[in-house]
Amino acid sequence: MDPRLNIINNRLADVKRIIAVSGGKGGIGKSLTASTLALGLARKGYRVGLFDLDFCGPSDHVILGIEGVCPEEDKGLIPPEIYGIRFMSIIYFSGSSPAPLRGGEVSNAIVEMLAITLWGPLDFLIMDLPPGIGDAVMDVIRLIKRVEFLVITTQSRVALSVVKKELQVLKELGMSIAGIIENMRVREHSAVVEMAESFGVPVLGSVDFDENLESSLGDARKLLKTNFARQLEGIIYSRIAAGGPLQS
Amino acid sequence: MHEWALAESVILAVSEEAKRENLKVITRVKVVIGELQQIDMDIFKFALENILQSSGLSLDMKKINVEIDKCILKCKACANEWSFSEALKNLTKDESESIHFIPEVAHIYMRCPECGSPDFEIVKGRGVWIDYIEGER
Repeated sequence: MDPRLNIINNRLADVKRIIAVSGGKGGIGKSLTASTLALGLARKGYRVGLFDLDFCGPSDHVILGIEGVCPEEDKGLIPPEIYGIRFMSIIYFSGSSPAPLRGGEVSNAIVEMLAITLWGPLDFLIMDLPPGIGDAVMDVIRLIKRVEFLVITTQSRVALSVVKKELQVLKELGMSIAGIIENMRVREHSAVVEMAESFGVPVLGSVDFDENLESSLGDARKLLKTNFARQLEGIIYSRIAAGGPLQS
Repeated sequence: MHEWALAESVILAVSEEAKRENLKVITRVKVVIGELQQIDMDIFKFALENILQSSGLSLDMKKINVEIDKCILKCKACANEWSFSEALKNLTKDESESIHFIPEVAHIYMRCPECGSPDFEIVKGRGVWIDYIEGER
């Protein structure tokens, strides 16, 4: 019997909402959405945690410009607070070195981090998931029953074909899907809406391709001033501030 | 001190299992800890004892047997097997501490001593688990 599994829900007991930002393909803006969402919610006065679960390609710290911090050790690990966000990532233990982990090891590391991280009271815990329907996604589904999935996609047929598979799995397993965000929109197109309708999942909104976004990475203040952040705010924060679910 | 967090999970798991099995008294518990975890046994046992006292569980600390499982690693590239205790000699304090918190990061700091591959398997000696719980209904 693995006792770590018993304690995970206790560790998250004081977290009001857990939002997993996911999407099938890599490079569609999951980490940017998760990081910017956490940053925006913290700026609005919410108590926010951000957990980068992409162990093989962690990037939230790069997006937010987080460096030189580490968790405090006190009967577990207390994530450091930066820009009002309690931030947890494998980078505290891996540094800038690559983490060549196989599936079972990723799963074990996720269980370990969930079991020993003391988040404390939070309004939101944002989980940034890696691409695909691999170990991280399956572990979040297995271990955190009240998680809500926020699914990111682009208009690309490639991204849509993969995100459909993720939605199929989430639906089959009866998971809560907060909605879909269309990212990097370059023109009006009905493909995302049609796909969402076929699954009975709401499209929360679209975020245009922002060519100035890259130059804002690593600087949280600049990031919040981008069109990307403003559009994301328009889509999500107003719904949250209204106290309701993410979807309308 | 994340030994405390692991000790907490052990007492909670014993407590939940005892409830599920309607055990009024727990007579024996065996906890196994992988060597890779590099647990400070004194802190772990101290934490177990303290958490046990406030748990309301009918279990004497002396009835909890904690064992260390030696860690064996096996290279997936060349099938060489070696022990963590050998590998530990080549790790810095920081690397060893990172493995203590998240044992899987061993793949970052360790290599097969024969072929240099980071693609190895932790055959045994990882994690914390409860081998058995015995009690009376």
